[in-house]
Amino acid sequence: MKHSKLIAAALAAVGAMSGSTAFAGADLDAIKARGNLICGVNTGLAGFSIPDSQGEWTGLDVDVCRAVAAAIFGDANAVSFVPLSAQQRFTALQSGEVDILSRNTTWTLTRDVSLGIVFTGVTYYDGQGFMVPAELGVSSARELDGATVCVQSGTTTELNLADWFRGQGMTFEPVVIESFDESKTAFFNGRCDVYTTDASGLASIRAIDAPNPDDYVILPELISKEPLGPAVRQGDPQFFNIVKWVVFALIEAEEYGVTSQNVDEMKGSDNPNIQRLLGTAPGMGELLGLPDDWAARAIAAVGNYGEIFDRNVGPGTPLNLQRGLNALWKDGGIMYAPPIR
Amino acid sequence: MTDVTRPGRPAAGSLLYNRTARAIVYQVVLIATVIAVGWWLVDNTLTNLRQQDIATGFGFLTNRQAGFAISESVIPYNETDTYLRAFIVGLLNTIKVALLGIVLATLLGTVIGIARLSPNWLLRKLSTAYIETIRNIPVLLQLIFWYTILTETLPRPQQALQAFDSVFLSNRGLFLPAPVDALGWWLALLGLLLSIPAVIWFRRVARAHQDRTGEAWPTGLISVGIVVGLGVLGWLAGGAPAAFTSPELQGFNFRGGARVSPEFLALLIGLTLYTAAFIAEIVRSGILAVSHGQTEAAMALGFGRGLTLRLIILPQALRVIVPPMTSQYLNLTKNSSLAIAIGYPDLVSTMNTSLNQTGQAIECIAIAMSVYLAVSLGISLFMNWYNARIALRER
Repeated sequence: MKHSKLIAAALAAVGAMSGSTAFAGADLDAIKARGNLICGVNTGLAGFSIPDSQGEWTGLDVDVCRAVAAAIFGDANAVSFVPLSAQQRFTALQSGEVDILSRNTTWTLTRDVSLGIVFTGVTYYDGQGFMVPAELGVSSARELDGATVCVQSGTTTELNLADWFRGQGMTFEPVVIESFDESKTAFFNGRCDVYTTDASGLASIRAIDAPNPDDYVILPELISKEPLGPAVRQGDPQFFNIVKWVVFALIEAEEYGVTSQNVDEMKGSDNPNIQRLLGTAPGMGELLGLPDDWAARAIAAVGNYGEIFDRNVGPGTPLNLQRGLNALWKDGGIMYAPPIR
Repeated sequence: MTDVTRPGRPAAGSLLYNRTARAIVYQVVLIATVIAVGWWLVDNTLTNLRQQDIATGFGFLTNRQAGFAISESVIPYNETDTYLRAFIVGLLNTIKVALLGIVLATLLGTVIGIARLSPNWLLRKLSTAYIETIRNIPVLLQLIFWYTILTETLPRPQQALQAFDSVFLSNRGLFLPAPVDALGWWLALLGLLLSIPAVIWFRRVARAHQDRTGEAWPTGLISVGIVVGLGVLGWLAGGAPAAFTSPELQGFNFRGGARVSPEFLALLIGLTLYTAAFIAEIVRSGILAVSHGQTEAAMALGFGRGLTLRLIILPQALRVIVPPMTSQYLNLTKNSSLAIAIGYPDLVSTMNTSLNQTGQAIECIAIAMSVYLAVSLGISLFMNWYNARIALRER
């Protein structure tokens, strides 16, 4: 089973070499011709991308794709989701198996520059943390010298872990397992003292996968910056801009108080910023190659950024995450959208 | 006499009718096609990667730090080493488990294969049951089974099972006392290595002596004596070091001593048991291939059951056994790549991590494939050489 993923990755790589397609500007055309968006998501991370009891994909990463689909097609359901492992994700995007990768993926220089892909922005500012069983009585990551750490392979997490322990002059023993599920199982079976991944992921695992959430604590230290966001292939600036500005529009909508509930009445607003955002003052959509109500459609479909956050990961959900860094800039966070004008 | 030449066809002596010439042409065309297809694939790949702005080349192997940790390594390694060194660490881990697995599976498989032909009903049926169960369950499932058993049923280090004072078993692995690094131990190892040619030489001498005089020396005992003697001699020559470090529980885990990780143990157990089942069948068929007359003749000459097996049956069976055994060894080596499912840092696992961190999928997979190919061909060559050596020489 593990091997089939590897083989799939290899085949995808072979697929990338066989056709001589040069993807130049062709992505958006292909998506429009196909009539739906293909979105690569996590195989199952509650709050970010996981199928619900009806088999419908839900989560923050999923909603980003739905918003893009709504902006392009006016239909938030014109999107099909492809669950990808950490290994498969970049190859799947490179080879054209998916149009957009929205899979809690960290934006780094190496990935932006050498993979033939480009990140469009940040949808969740995260940091890497540690989770330990409460019975160990550990209260700080600095007490973890000599610990055994379970980590999923092929992630920035694996690198940060090595960096951080070396920086602290501490030793650790990694248990690196390819499959997300197997690595969680190894931790809950007691193979490791510590599980490490992005703090949002830890909250998700603790809330959903732990036999009893209270038996596990998430340590306060965050050891890295993990800006998570969607990525697209290089070579189609138009599609890149659409994904980038749809996310900005969702943030901007929260700033001006436009929600999925009031988006229609807001179209009558006198505020020129809101008029440009919702297309009452025309021109913005045309520049993107979309109808003028592109942002209004996205907001109506999934809500503004704050609504997406609260619905999927915020207080009241099992993950119970605070806005923190992900609050708007005017509320003490760093979520800031350039002006739509 | 007149030559009969058919109009429109070349003379019989022409190149077109020359069998050798035609064979050469076919082969040249074949080779040219293979090269052309290969070149097209490589060129197409490079062009497309360039068009998509995906970095290519093998430069990352030596000029970038790997940055990730590896839990167990035969050679010193840390995160600041290069990707190349990380690959070598993975390769050595693969070779380590494959070599041990081959030795253990051969021993176990031979015993079970012989047991399957035992006159003892219970022994025979037990080994049949073993073979039929083990070889009919996919090896990946068996690995996950053993790994789960080891990690789930064993206690945490704080409640580790203890034996003889300083041997501990927990879900962090098996911890044993280990000798402190000293010259004496290395010389002892050297002595043991030297004892191999020494024993071979002695056996040859003993054989010649027996051929000449008919007198048989107790070669078994003396061989053991040579091995032990040379080992002890080396140890004494190095100053007879006697310091050991024992594992001790410190904080989260044991420190000091030697450690066998649950991942390695699960992989070794799984591969050994699985391959042993196949080897047992090969051994059984090899033994059955030796004519029963040989056994009867040996018995008639007064050989016991053990001697008959050791001196008459097995040496002849070996000729049948070795070729299929080679493919089992290859299978075991290749199956060790399933380690990725249970977190043992073998070649595929380190390759997989590198692939993800660098994004250079084609390069990494190409390296892994060529390395497995080289290792497998190496095993094949060795086994073919051995096969040729023991083959029946007709005189």
